[in-house]
Amino acid sequence: MADEKKLAIIATKGTLDWAYPPFILASTAAALGYETEIFFTFYGLQLVKKDLKLQVSPLGNPGMPMPLGMDKWFPVIGTAIPGMQSIMTGMMKQKMKAKGIASVGELRDLCQEAEVRMVACQMTVDLFDMNPADFVDGLEFGGAATFFEFAGESDICLYI
Amino acid sequence: MADFDQELDASGLNCPLPILRAKKALGTLSTGQVLRIVATDPGSVKDFEAFSKQTGNELLSSGEEAGKFIFMIKKS
Repeated sequence: MADEKKLAIIATKGTLDWAYPPFILASTAAALGYETEIFFTFYGLQLVKKDLKLQVSPLGNPGMPMPLGMDKWFPVIGTAIPGMQSIMTGMMKQKMKAKGIASVGELRDLCQEAEVRMVACQMTVDLFDMNPADFVDGLEFGGAATFFEFAGESDICLYI
Repeated sequence: MADFDQELDASGLNCPLPILRAKKALGTLSTGQVLRIVATDPGSVKDFEAFSKQTGNELLSSGEEAGKFIFMIKKS
């Protein structure tokens, strides 16, 4: 394609539900011919771990649809019961599979295949004493200036 | 009636997989060849129109057959 469009994304959240927007948009943009970069910062770094352990929490999330109309009658404090998070995560994953929705790992692989550039925030890696070896191959490390080098030239820039 | 060169069955797949699989399949075709896509995701109707507009691969037809969505895309 003549003059390629550019999409820059900042991924800041590290839960199963919020893992989807950056990877769906990046992989689709790449398929449409965009040059794409995702900058992972703070909790967003969980999305680039080799071993994805993403969970979804009903806690403090009144917009989350619950099975059996639980969101109507189940007391909010019940969402804080130990084990609730892994139960909800399991149910969410099951539902996604049944609906033909790709897994986060699958979408991430598709992004990598499509040469979406992934940059990890070096400051966050240092802050949380994260081990660079725990991240996927091909991940670059950089700071705010690295992000702007690409984002400054982008046509679309999203903060997720 | 082989009016296409390759077929992609994206039945049961949800956004954005039909588009991503189609993009991949088109990559294996040469200019002028036609890809037939079968999908069940209702969102794919608008998505394939948008995909075609943005990538320049012509959407020859878009229709519904027995509850499935059928698209014919010509590689540009």
